[in-house]
Amino acid sequence: MKGKKRNKAMVGNVVTEVVLILLALLFLLPIVWMFATSLKTQAQMTDPTKLFAFPASFRAYVEGWGGGRFLTYIKNTVVISVLCVTGTLISCSLAAFGFAKFQVKGKNIIFMVVLATMMVPTTVTLIPMYILYSKLHWLNTITPLVLPSFFGASAYNIFLLRQFFAGLPNELSEAAAIDGAGWLRIYSQIYMPNAKPALIVVVINQLVFCWNDYMGPLIYLGRPANFTIALGLNAFKGEMGATMDIGPLMAMAFVTILPVLLLYLFFQRYFVEGVAASGIKG
Amino acid sequence: MRKRTKTKHFNRDTKYFWLFILPWVIGFLAFTLMPMIYSFVISFTNWNGQSVMNFMGIKNYINIFTKDKVFGVSLRNTFFYICVSVPLNTVFSIFLATMLNKKLPGSNLFRGIFYLPTICTGVAMYITWTYLLNGTNGYLNILLERIGISGQNWLGQSSTAMLSIIFMDMFNIGTAMTIVLAGLQDVPRDFYEAAELDGVSPIQRFTKITFPMISPVVFFNVLMAIIKGLQIFTQPYVMTQGGPAQSTYVYGLYLYNTAFSYGKFGYASALAWVLFVIIIMITGVIMGTSKFWVFYREEV
Repeated sequence: MKGKKRNKAMVGNVVTEVVLILLALLFLLPIVWMFATSLKTQAQMTDPTKLFAFPASFRAYVEGWGGGRFLTYIKNTVVISVLCVTGTLISCSLAAFGFAKFQVKGKNIIFMVVLATMMVPTTVTLIPMYILYSKLHWLNTITPLVLPSFFGASAYNIFLLRQFFAGLPNELSEAAAIDGAGWLRIYSQIYMPNAKPALIVVVINQLVFCWNDYMGPLIYLGRPANFTIALGLNAFKGEMGATMDIGPLMAMAFVTILPVLLLYLFFQRYFVEGVAASGIKG
Repeated sequence: MRKRTKTKHFNRDTKYFWLFILPWVIGFLAFTLMPMIYSFVISFTNWNGQSVMNFMGIKNYINIFTKDKVFGVSLRNTFFYICVSVPLNTVFSIFLATMLNKKLPGSNLFRGIFYLPTICTGVAMYITWTYLLNGTNGYLNILLERIGISGQNWLGQSSTAMLSIIFMDMFNIGTAMTIVLAGLQDVPRDFYEAAELDGVSPIQRFTKITFPMISPVVFFNVLMAIIKGLQIFTQPYVMTQGGPAQSTYVYGLYLYNTAFSYGKFGYASALAWVLFVIIIMITGVIMGTSKFWVFYREEV
């Protein structure tokens, strides 16, 4: 009886394992196909039935690189991403600390407002902001894309950090207060270092968002010299038109995801464990 | 004496509380509240960004609901996207998380792979999918034909274009999956042990223990997915430009075109506010139904 049950569980596990493997292959397919296609020569491109073609060639990377304009796009995107991440880390952690560690009348109502801003569609505020930025002559600069992040624009990240700070014991700050530490020192030297797992999640969230954002750059950045990779890549696709040789396009697509991909490989632990550690689930 | 110190502390706390949240307060006023008010005001005008602003009462709103055919089409497309995509992704994320939670060999690797598309989402992937889904020599069709299924012009025909985008977006469930997985790992083991002693079937085990226990995180995921889904823009913009035959012309695209292609800022603001009201209504409905299917542990 017990053996039969164990057998049944075994079969179940084998089936699960097979399903997992098949799904993993499917999940990998787009990236693998992108990479494999980028390594094909123009002649190999005519046979799309073969996923991999030998010998591999880097000619598509040379052609796609196009005198280094993708270097400009990558540089622009890195600058925007780094500024956004910095701003988000500072402003969101400050607000989160305030909401987590102070007992103030009306605090919960204000926190509800923070959460409610998640419901406001970007398009509601987009048009007035666009008009304002154009009056300030900030269009075609990165200011509209990075400035809001220094002012706690990401309610989701405030929420996430607040949950984490709230989970850290109050004794930490009480002990420090007895030693005469001010609130700013308690925040920066005691709570921030202890919140590393959650902070890493915020960095990753924001970085992935900035790296992949399309609508923001589309509206605010008009000149190719200012383009981010998302804009540059789509413009490149437009230039390619109906040509059959998509090698250079796939090569550049791979180049643009490579930085995030590498980051993910190195920090995978934080990516997947961080969300759990941050306590959104509660 | 003791009371006085307490009051003093309380005051100091208040001051510091506001100091800590000050950046957010400024941001909220400058980047959310004021633009919202401004946007609400211009939604009653025919402003195009240049000429004088003419107030025309609620005419924009009347036009949206009575004359504007594109409004209906784009809203229907967006609802179609949500109604298929959200349930599908919810079930799929629970399915993946449940399998990963069995801790079989390589489960960490699988988790890493399932999360990968979420990291790489963006124009690079959308372009890649456009070619993968291509009707004449797309790799997906080549694979399908190998197992005897005839290929389709997935993005090129109105019956499958939106479904293709929904299919593609199924790969971006890393966050939802991870959150569900964290929820699953929180379910106390002895619940299952007790169930096993009572001879509960696997299906009952899921409906009576697992789902109630993870319902709060599922609720969170559903709400986020709907708010995000109502604003879908980049996928159709990059992959189909709203076509063919407007079958992927979603609300976000219509709004973008109204504002930034035709310069109808007043009318676009009215459209944005209609969307906002729709989001509030749907959120309200879901929160209202939550008491029937979301269980918080205190109640157990």
